[in-house]
Amino acid sequence: MKDIIEGSIAVALAVARCKPQVVPAYPITPSTHIPQELSRIQPEYGYDFVPVESEFAAISTAIGASAAGARTFTATSSQGLLLMHEALFNAAGMRLPIVMCVANRSVSAPLNIWNDWQDSISQRDAGWIQLYCKNNQEAVDTAIQAFKIAETADLPVMVCFDGFYLTHELLPLDMPSQGEVDAFLPPRVAKDVLDVEKPGALGCYAMPADYQDFRKELDEAVRLSSSVITKTAAEFGKKFKRGQTALIEEYANDKPVALVTMGSLAEQSEMIADEGLAGVVRIKCFRPFPSAEIARALQGKKKVVIIEKDCCPGAGGALAAEVKAALKDAGSGAEVIGIIAGLGGRDVTLETLRKAVAEGSDGAWM
Amino acid sequence: MEYFLKGHTACAGCACALTMRHVLETLGPETIVVNSTGCMEIVSTPYPRNNWGVPYVHSLFENAASVAGGVSRALKKTGKKGRVICLGGDGGTYDIGFGALSGAMERNEDVLFVCYDNEAYANTGLQRSGATPFAAATTTSPREVGGKGEWKKNLTFIAAAHAIPYAASASIAFLPDLKAKLQKAASIKGFKFIDVQSPCNLAWKIPSNKSIETARLAVDCGLWNLFEIENGAFKLSRPIGTKPVQDYLKAQGRFAGVTAEQVAAIDKHARETKAELEKLEKAGLNFARFL
Repeated sequence: MKDIIEGSIAVALAVARCKPQVVPAYPITPSTHIPQELSRIQPEYGYDFVPVESEFAAISTAIGASAAGARTFTATSSQGLLLMHEALFNAAGMRLPIVMCVANRSVSAPLNIWNDWQDSISQRDAGWIQLYCKNNQEAVDTAIQAFKIAETADLPVMVCFDGFYLTHELLPLDMPSQGEVDAFLPPRVAKDVLDVEKPGALGCYAMPADYQDFRKELDEAVRLSSSVITKTAAEFGKKFKRGQTALIEEYANDKPVALVTMGSLAEQSEMIADEGLAGVVRIKCFRPFPSAEIARALQGKKKVVIIEKDCCPGAGGALAAEVKAALKDAGSGAEVIGIIAGLGGRDVTLETLRKAVAEGSDGAWM
Repeated sequence: MEYFLKGHTACAGCACALTMRHVLETLGPETIVVNSTGCMEIVSTPYPRNNWGVPYVHSLFENAASVAGGVSRALKKTGKKGRVICLGGDGGTYDIGFGALSGAMERNEDVLFVCYDNEAYANTGLQRSGATPFAAATTTSPREVGGKGEWKKNLTFIAAAHAIPYAASASIAFLPDLKAKLQKAASIKGFKFIDVQSPCNLAWKIPSNKSIETARLAVDCGLWNLFEIENGAFKLSRPIGTKPVQDYLKAQGRFAGVTAEQVAAIDKHARETKAELEKLEKAGLNFARFL
């Protein structure tokens, strides 16, 4: 049976059923409904909801709770994520399996509360796994998988979904029951955490002889997590009888032109594919970046059009840069066009996409 | 038993390292340490060494109080043992970490916060902090500009104004008082704050064998007053010192070259503070009821 439920509320409920133990959060549009709902249903689920004084305190409280062995979750958007910046690197460096939902939103200035991906894309080098969801069913399913991925890979995971387009959208969803979630997700088995029976130190300081090795290990862990993500998605798909996208998703990808995108833009893109204009390759997992899978999916293409809602000023879109690198490494001869669109909630209509595919030029803003 | 173990790389004479040692010796093995970035972190955990005989976590400079709150709540939710103490220098406590500290106090997290207060950003090279006293020279308030132009932030009172159950000032030179305060704080649920004045030989420009003497002089001259504020009630821990402030100033290179006007201002400040604190104790005002 499907429930008609708002995206944020659905994600909050899915998270609650994952039995987190400490949930610190600070409200920010458009993620606010997630902590509000988690606060409201706290008595029913028994976790400790901590209404902290800032997003920086939220991620820091999560770091402490996770370091002490608790399953932890928080949610944020935009400026809140940027305020967490320093602690995001720290959480990943300490290999803490924190799960965070990011309701994607633009960054200031100018102030704007609407959707794009500049917030989480700007945090791509923090060492977190980043998964971008296409719709709310995927956001719910991915939130549940995220705990397993995080606790298996010893890495924090960001579950990103588009602010307003998804967070505030009401659609029929399959909500996993408590029993189903329990069968999929066992309690966290914490290793090397704060324990008075086994004193140890977390968060050391490393001299030049050691520091780089820690960072290399982190890089390797994030790279290798693609197999954990894939395995977890397969297991989830089997248990819940719903196909899951792990790293990338291809839709009608049998044409000489491919549209590459992420998040909810994929749904509009599929409509373009239905018109026969282009196939769609959706990148769900942005970190680790699935270069090999993307190169394979785009093999033999004449033209690859990347549409993304982010920008690295002075260099263009982050997704385009990475897709171009992946294609170049694979020796692809495709014409590759990176287009930036939809920043700060600007509509990306079907017409925008048709135009992008037909006549978009590399580096264009639409 | 000692839980801040030998072999750390703190400077000879470091009073902050002594504070760590006595705090842990008093609180015992069921303690979990959350440490902000700073001297005590750097000297104790250069990988792969670890100087702590109890579980220890360091995250960042400015978030220790938030991390400690998270640890404390996680222990309760996972049913594990442990008393959470947060150790921060005055930089991580008075200044960059103040937001996190204030939030944790407002939520009354079950954490004992001990500030090892050496009145400067010692780890980065002896810069001015909110805890640096008036007229002291630091590398960012040098003698050339007259030393620090402002008075020390009154953090223990600010802590008490959060209506936390326990806030106190202490000194590494008055160990029985420090230990009694730690023991009392450890018996109380909720947020406890203790500011322990702990000289830095480099910042204060004092010989390494003069740390304790100098800390004692601060109290004897009425320039660092020992008190506690328990459930809002203010109580002096000992009579306020009345020795000439010059005794304290002359003992330290950071005050070398202070003007006669600055000395007079410090003297006036000490005498007026004494009068006000004595009035406050007598009046029996309740800090937790000032809302």
